[in-house]
Amino acid sequence: MSFVEYGDTIKDGDTAIVFLGHESMFPVKVQHGTVTQTKYGVIRHSTDLIGKKYGSKVTCSKGGWVFILHPTPELWTMNLPHRTQILYSTDISLITMMLELKPGSIVCESGTGSGSLSHALIRTVAPTGHLYTVEFHQQRAEKAREEFREHGVEHLVTVTNQDVCKNGFGVSNIADAVFLDIPSPWEAIGHAKSALKAEGGRICSFSPCIEQVQRTCLALEEYGFTEINTLEILLRVYNVRTISLQIPDLGKAAEGNSSAGFDSSGPSQPGSPCADAQAGTVQFKSGVPLRDMVGHTGYLTFATKS
Amino acid sequence: AMEAGPGLGPRIREGDCAVLKRDDVFKAVPVLRRRKIIFEKQWFYLDNAIGHIYGTTFEVTSGGNLQPKQEVEETTTETKEAGTDNRNIVDDGKSQKLTHDDIKALKDKGIKGQEIVQQLIENSTTFRDKTEFAQDKYIKKKKKKYEAVITIVKPSTRILSTMYYAREPGKINHLRYDTLAQMLTLGNIRAGNKMIVMETCAGLVLGAVMERMGGYGSIIQMYPGGEPVRAATSCFGFPKVFFDNLHEFPLSKVDSLLSGTFSTETLPSESEDNMLVEEESNGMTDGKQTSLQETEEESTTETAMEVKQAEEHETMDINTEDVEFKENKEKENKENVREKQRKQWERRKKLIETATLLREKNADGLIVASKFHPTPLLLSLLEFVAPSRPFVVYCQYKEPLLECYAKLRERGGVINLKLSETWLRNYQVLPDRSHPKLTMSGGGGYLLSGITVVLDKGRSDSSNLEALKMEEPSSKRCKVQDHHC
Repeated sequence: MSFVEYGDTIKDGDTAIVFLGHESMFPVKVQHGTVTQTKYGVIRHSTDLIGKKYGSKVTCSKGGWVFILHPTPELWTMNLPHRTQILYSTDISLITMMLELKPGSIVCESGTGSGSLSHALIRTVAPTGHLYTVEFHQQRAEKAREEFREHGVEHLVTVTNQDVCKNGFGVSNIADAVFLDIPSPWEAIGHAKSALKAEGGRICSFSPCIEQVQRTCLALEEYGFTEINTLEILLRVYNVRTISLQIPDLGKAAEGNSSAGFDSSGPSQPGSPCADAQAGTVQFKSGVPLRDMVGHTGYLTFATKS
Repeated sequence: AMEAGPGLGPRIREGDCAVLKRDDVFKAVPVLRRRKIIFEKQWFYLDNAIGHIYGTTFEVTSGGNLQPKQEVEETTTETKEAGTDNRNIVDDGKSQKLTHDDIKALKDKGIKGQEIVQQLIENSTTFRDKTEFAQDKYIKKKKKKYEAVITIVKPSTRILSTMYYAREPGKINHLRYDTLAQMLTLGNIRAGNKMIVMETCAGLVLGAVMERMGGYGSIIQMYPGGEPVRAATSCFGFPKVFFDNLHEFPLSKVDSLLSGTFSTETLPSESEDNMLVEEESNGMTDGKQTSLQETEEESTTETAMEVKQAEEHETMDINTEDVEFKENKEKENKENVREKQRKQWERRKKLIETATLLREKNADGLIVASKFHPTPLLLSLLEFVAPSRPFVVYCQYKEPLLECYAKLRERGGVINLKLSETWLRNYQVLPDRSHPKLTMSGGGGYLLSGITVVLDKGRSDSSNLEALKMEEPSSKRCKVQDHHC
């Protein structure tokens, strides 16, 4: 396994995802002789994991079971150890497409943070592209390097420990795209421009506050970027539920109109109301929005150097 | 050899598929000499654009020629005079001293758009009383109308998906570009995968997947009817090698493949010839251009006219050589038959190869984005996918995905099912005038995604019950993602 190549069976040294249930999972480093505790009991790596197929059901010591999944950048994003705030897959998707990333792309990123976006970028530009990521926090930079090594992608990424606003990306005229997730992106626009290829490329800056966006847009214009465009993407997740609504008693039952206005004859189509006169209810399937949803992560400002 | 030296991007070549851009409007066109293009109420020829770098902005000059735009310093409003509010501005319809005829005369004289805008400003009696912001807006509006500039850009998923959503949403089942972006990420599309793609989005989704795979790995396109539609795919201008590992398999053969009764004896072959043409050219076919332009009568009639002219030409050529004409024709016919047989044989061979690929049941993912009901597609096509791999289904409507969700739960072998939708908001960002744009797209479709797991056939019933219990989200654990502050 690696984050850029699927493998069929679980091997010693792999990072695997233990899936316990809805939004309940965690990553585990597979090692001979190691055990992992779950609420369903113990998983013994040597016997329960190594050699098994990814996607298998693994029975734990207390009889409960879990699924073992192959890692992907998306699963990693949902389970990685947070060292900073991270970008989630909804924003990452739009960033990747609007930066026009593909195999072979050279990308500059700052800051590295917890590496959530980095893993997604590496996945997309592999096997011939490269990620240059800059993180001014020494420990975070070191931790990111370690993770990239463990995940088998170190050959696709260079982590530099410096201040991107002062020292830039450490490369010039080689990038197809630049991504910024730092508090003062406007101070790095000049460096971003010189990191991009002379023939041009794309840039994206992520900022939570509109004032940051304002200053970034001014800087982008000043440095001659075109197609400046600010977007915001929101994810709505729906729970699929079968809902029953009670039929009100309007005193019509006596007239023999048992379904009280609902046609219960014919094959009941899923999704369409289905009346049950006896119980006095109507059933239907619905996509119910979650009670809480993420209302704002950040503004994404894109531009082109041409 | 075609690319310029270091520091310069790829150049516009004859035969390329390029995208024209004016403000936020895109149009894909083939780069051909002496071919009239109509875009945003302007007509021009692309001849002069050939050889320039992609991304170059051109001005349309008289006679429909393109000229690279010179960078000019903004000369408008040398007087920085401006009002503070509009309490004294009255709409009497007489503030512009230039008449329609005056403006037309300026245009006919071939005066540059920039100068016309300057004249409009000078002849506006209210311009100086407008606020600075209102002046800005006025200039922008006039520039948009009179300054005829177009940029020629290289196609990409970003550009083509934006273009299709704006111009022909019906052809791609209203799949908005941010939804497509989610599909590529949720499906973990990357180099080296073996992907199954079932789409009726003009080949746009296929093209997006191909771009992300960069020619590494393989794709099996499942298609309804007689042949796969790849009109949008050909707009990407992919190199020929990208098509080496692109396979196709007729949807109508899926059942027989799964039940083991598959044979290549009865192919869905109503339009075999069309299919061959499509296969041969790989890059651009004229079919996709007409599909792009169908909605604009101007371009369709124009294309038709061109075709007619070409035909006449051919007839004349033949008449002048009518001695050799007959034998040539016979020879041609014989070769045609042989060619046809060879192609048919090749097609059959490819189909057997594709069937073998599918039978391995080890695909790295499944992408569905079609006009059909998703449930039967998913229940069958998931059979070909390996465990621990993502799948994503797009549907313009939510309801079919609700049913699909329930049926997948019944079937088992899938976890982490998620029904979702994205909203996309555009912002105007200007000093002291930042706000969300007035209009946003009301709907970009819905996605159902999940991950395959080993299907536990023996005890599927009891395990399903458990799975249901397990995956039912408890409201207590309903957790909201962290925010950036």
